[in-house]
Formats: sequence, structure tokens, C-alpha cells
Amino acid sequence: MITEWILDTLIRALAVGTPLLWAALGEIYAERSGVINLGVEGMMILGAFFAFAVAHTSGNPALGLLVAGVVGGASALLHAFLSVTLRANQYVSGLALAMFGLGLAGVLGRGWEGIPLLNTLPEISGLTYLGVVLAVVLWFVLYHTRLGLVIRSTGEAPAAADALGVNVARVRYLAVVFGGILAGIAGGFFSVAYRPSWTEGMTGGTGWIAIAIVIFAGWDPLRAVWGALLFGALYYLSFRLQTWIAPEALRMLPFAFTIVALAATSRRRRGEGAPEALGLPYASGEK
Amino acid sequence: MLSLRGITKTFPGVLANDHVTLEVRSGEVHALLGENGAGKTTLMSILYGIHQPDAGEIRLRGRRVHIRSPRDAIGLGIGMVPQHFLLIRRHTVAENIALGLPGERFVRPARRIEPRVRELGARYGLAVDPRAAIWQLSPSEQQRVEILKALIRGAQALILDEPTSVLTPQEVRGLFDVLRRMKQEGHAVIFISHKLDEVTEIADRVTVLRRGRVVATLPIAETDKRSLARLMVGRDVEFQVRKAPRTPDGDALVADNLVVLSDRGLPALRGISFSVRRGEILGIAGIAGNGQRELVEVITGLRPARSGRVRLLDHEVTNLSARALHEAGVAHIPEDRMLMGIVPAMSVAENLVLKQYRYPPFSRGPVIDRQAIAQFARRMIAEYEIVTPGSDVPARLLSGGNIQKLILSRELSGRPEVIVASHPTAGLDVSATEQIHTVLLQRRQRGAAILLVSEDLDEILALADRIGVLFSGEIVGIVSGAEADRERLGLMMTGQRV
Repeated sequence: MITEWILDTLIRALAVGTPLLWAALGEIYAERSGVINLGVEGMMILGAFFAFAVAHTSGNPALGLLVAGVVGGASALLHAFLSVTLRANQYVSGLALAMFGLGLAGVLGRGWEGIPLLNTLPEISGLTYLGVVLAVVLWFVLYHTRLGLVIRSTGEAPAAADALGVNVARVRYLAVVFGGILAGIAGGFFSVAYRPSWTEGMTGGTGWIAIAIVIFAGWDPLRAVWGALLFGALYYLSFRLQTWIAPEALRMLPFAFTIVALAATSRRRRGEGAPEALGLPYASGEK
Repeated sequence: MLSLRGITKTFPGVLANDHVTLEVRSGEVHALLGENGAGKTTLMSILYGIHQPDAGEIRLRGRRVHIRSPRDAIGLGIGMVPQHFLLIRRHTVAENIALGLPGERFVRPARRIEPRVRELGARYGLAVDPRAAIWQLSPSEQQRVEILKALIRGAQALILDEPTSVLTPQEVRGLFDVLRRMKQEGHAVIFISHKLDEVTEIADRVTVLRRGRVVATLPIAETDKRSLARLMVGRDVEFQVRKAPRTPDGDALVADNLVVLSDRGLPALRGISFSVRRGEILGIAGIAGNGQRELVEVITGLRPARSGRVRLLDHEVTNLSARALHEAGVAHIPEDRMLMGIVPAMSVAENLVLKQYRYPPFSRGPVIDRQAIAQFARRMIAEYEIVTPGSDVPARLLSGGNIQKLILSRELSGRPEVIVASHPTAGLDVSATEQIHTVLLQRRQRGAAILLVSEDLDEILALADRIGVLFSGEIVGIVSGAEADRERLGLMMTGQRV
């Protein structure tokens, strides 16, 4: 009984952990390049809606995910334009993107609610395994390749990278858009696999948890795997324990833990903290 | 090998370079000498592709070149070691050098250049562990990384911008050995400095800039310190401020076993004790980052002491607020003028009363008396010779030296018992430095106790009655100013007790 319960929890943790991992991996790359994108929730919900709409119309859930990635990338491009080219405040721009995404998905999604999806993807699908493989690949690229060195340098000291001929703006654009693509796919997972349907706000704050995982994982793609699993379990438990504990209290669980995790990881040794130039716009030739 | 001809560059309102011509040969160290604002850095920014000249041309081995970006400069074999290092603190030495290096392979680029870093390090005397992270290195080692970065990119001409400002005297000698080796290997070295001793020691030829113009280019053998100073400033310069003898009175400021944490929560001061007497200047020497900032902040009330005590004229003042300490008679001349010394957007007059605005005659009850403030400002501007278009212009428009005089006049107007001066002349030109030194010595004469924290050994040696050396949060030793010499202080700055 109890082993069954634990096993069940683990499987469900993997299921919710999948979109958390994808979104967190994308955000890690964006933040490593020096751009924080708080719009993950917005990019995910847009991805969720478009994945559902395309999967429903075409009957192909994989195509839905693909379109979700494109939509996520496109919305991230907006954030990149605001924060890299216009050098707007990254936090404000990201928050705006989150609100904008939720609102737009809500408007577009009217009339789509309650429609069942015939062709779906399994909860534990290739996306889960692919997520882990992706984490390993992204880890290797980040720490052991020229591209990774360029991305990390851009996030740590853009002026130093610039002086050596690195195109800081281009690196940041690419990293942010890449993050958006992963966030879009993560959102799509909700509507074509996890709960194959469309409901407004169905990503349920997982975008914010993904951002917490990034910090929890110390901006390391490999450690994000464990973070996603942990938060996935918490997220699932917040539904499972409803028989015993008030659902309102439980719904706070992942977010309460986010606060705890942030408090616990705020004092880190050097070399583990946030990229030094995170959140700071960069313009060549300025001091 | 390299020649800049008729370079002219105007920034809004300033003629930074006015038909500057500079010829640099292979195998020579060419010093570029001038005061702040003389146009040295602008000229080098043009050579390195950061700025474009309005007029003039750059020729490399006789061929005219256009340098539009640092990347172009690197491609042409021009390297630069900036005054503020452009290094990624969290990355390793090899990663910093490999970044953006053309032709490096995709996987593990840093690993492959390690042997080259070692080889070049051995050849030029620039030993540094390629796998060490930058933040673990001393400023001197970080400078070596910057030089290696340029050399590995094939720099034939190397620009060093104020390279000795972060070094101890021993490290300066090490750097000069490196420069001599580079000279032998046929490199051209452009050495930017305003320190005459160093220029006369290392340079083969010197070009002196004043107000954007070249005043002279001379072989170093045909000149001396005094005439270089005259060329640089445009008048005769007193090298030694006259320091009148004065016997100090009783203790004014006493620190007892102070333990203070840094921003990162690590001990920055590990139980230090010292006293400053009335009518005495205690100099605190040391390389930046050894606890100087924390020392200044704990005494001026900007940082709490974890343990230990501070006493001011026999009153316990440990962990009082900055305002309480100011009212008790502690003046603070902060290290970062623009950030901590003034409110840049507020007027000169407002900045002058930032600490006294709450008291009569500047305010009556909650209402501020603008007239009284303006009157006070006019008096201070006259007394301290602050050059400003008026008392109502924003303080940020003043030059560094005049901002410092503004701060000095505000801090000293209340006749403080203790003056904490942190890097009071950093970045100032010879004339402003002279004025500030004179003011500090006057205050000493009148009985103020002065704690002078500076990285400039010449300044400490010229002013201090006693000198304490901070290393890694401890006072290595306190020596009398009369007995101190650069050698000994330099050794103490690396933690050796001598």
C-alpha cells in the first residue's frame, strides 16, 4: 500500500517534473547569458493554448508541441527586444510578459474550454526522457564548449566579453529565445499530455516554480533535474493530500517551499551564485 | 612601427585630443605622461578602436589602418591592459584567455590553451596557474592574465593604462622585468602613467600630454623628473609638501580588537587595535581589499562591528549611527566621491549642507532657509577655492578635484576631532592633490586626529606620522613615518612582518 503510494507519487512527480525541467533548462540558459525572464508562466500558457489548438485541429499532438515551441520563442523575442535592444528593466518586462501571456491565452482560449483532445501524448513520454538527455547535453555545452564559455562570459562580465569580440546582444537574444522555445514546449506538455484539454490558467503557476528551480539548482542544468523532480513531487502532493489537509493550504505548498529554498540558497559560496551581470542591461562603451 | 598623426577628438564641450602625434618604435617602452584629463586615455581608446578620431590617421608599419573596434585592434596586433581589468572573476585563467580566441576548437577550448599559457608565462616571467579562478588571484596576478590575454592574441604593441596603480613596489619591479623582456622580444610597449619615478625608470622615450596637446616627446636620457613635472603641469611643482613638526596630544580615536565582517559575511577585520592621537596622521597602507573599506565604514558608522570597541575622546562610540558619529566629531571623506560623497544631481549648495541642513541657521523647524544655505555655500566656495559656475549648479558637473574640495569643505566645516580620509586624492591631478594635502596638514596642525587610508604609498609617506599596514584584515605592523621606506612597507603589504 505505502510502496504503491510512494511509487505513484514518484511517477506523478516525473510527470509534472517534465514541464518544470524543460522550462527551468530554458530559463537557465537565458539567465546564464545575463537576462532574467520572469515571463516563463506567460510563455508556458501561450504554449499550452497553441499546442492544444493545433493538436485538436490537426490531430497531431507532436505538431502541437512544435508550434508551442515557436510561440514560446516568439514571445521571448519580445522580451529580448525590450530588455536587450531597448535596455528596459528586465524584471518589469518579464512580469509584463507573464501577465500578457496569461491574458492573451485567456482571450484566445474562449470557446476551446471543455473540448476533449482525442490524440494525446502519454504523461511519461519521450519528453520526460528527452528532458533528462537535454539537461546532460546543455550541461556539457555550458561548461565544456566554446559556446558555453561565450554564454557564461556574457552573463558574468559582458564588458570583458565585448572587449574580446563577443557580440553580447546576439548571444543574449539567442539564449532568451532558446529559453522561450523550451518554455513554450513545457506549456504544451500540459495541454496535450498532462491534462489533455484547455482550461484558462492551466499551467497553474508552474512557470514561477521553474524560476525557483533555476535558483535552487544554482544555474546548473544537471542539478535542475533534481530540482524539477522535487518540485514535481511537491506539486503533485498538493493535490494528493487534499483528503486530509485544506486544499487552499496545500496549494501554497510548492510556493512556500520555493520561499524556503530561496532562503536556504541565498547564502552561497562564491562560484555558485547568480551570474554577476544578471538583470543588468549592457551597452558597449559605457561604464 | 606605430604612428598616430594629427589625432583630434572632441567630446561635447571638450577638446580631448588636439592634433596629437605619437610615434612608437619596436623594442621600446614609450611612456605617455600627463595629468588626469590630459587626453591619455582618449588617445589610447582611439588606438584600441573604442573611439573614432574626428581627424588624423593611424599608421602601422607604414601602412594606414582603420581601427573601428577592439576586435580590429587585436587583429592588427595591438593589445591593451586596461586600468580596471576586464576579467570574468568566476572563470579560470585559461577560460578568460580562451574566450573569443579565433580558431579554438569547440569542445573544451580552455583546456587546450593551458600549455600555451604556461609557455608564454615562462618566456616573459608571467607565471600564473591557468586553472586558478580569477577571484582567487591577487591584482598583480590578474594583471599578468590581462597581459597574457594580449600576448596570446599576438599583440606586437601593448598598451598598459596606469599599470602600477594596483601593485606593491616589489610587484612594480616584477612588472618592469616583464616589460624589459617584451622589449627584447621586439614588442612596443606604451606605458601610461602620471608617476614620474616610474616613467624615468622604465621608459626609453616619453611623450608628455597637457590639455589634449603634445607638449614634448623626449628620450628619457635627456630629461629628468623636475623638467617632466614642469612639462606635465605647466609650472614648477613642489614634490614634498612641507610638513611642520608637531607633537601629538592625547588619544582621540582608539580601536580595540575590532572584528568586522565583509559584505559576504567573512571576517574582513580580524581583531585590529590602534589609536590616533590629536595632531597626528595615522596612515593605513595596504593593497585594496585587505579590510580598508570595512575599517573606514566601521569607524564612520556605516558597518557594524561584530566585536571589539571604538572610543572617541574617551567616549564609547562602537556601533553608533553615522549621524551620531558625525555629531560626535567624526568627519568622513569617502573613497567613492560620486557614490558616497555627494548627491550628484543636487546643487553644490545643497551638497555643502548635507550634514548640517537640520540645524540653525540652515533650517528653522521643518523649514529650510535657502538664503542661509546659499550664503554658507558662497563662503565655502571661496575658502576652499572650489571652481564652479555657481552654487546652484548640480554637483556632478564639477571636476573630480572640485568635488573632492566640496566634500572636504563640508566635512571639515564642523571642526571635527577625527577625520577619516579614504583615498582622498585618488584620480586627482597634481594641483588638486597638493591642495588637499595642504588642507589635511593644516587640520593636523590644529589638533585633529586623521586616519588616512590610501593605496598611494607616496601619499602615505608624505603625510603620515605613523603608518599601519593592513593585510588580510590584520595590522601587520605600525611604523613611524620617519623610519618607513617603500621597500619595507611593500614587504609588509604582502603580509610579511619586518
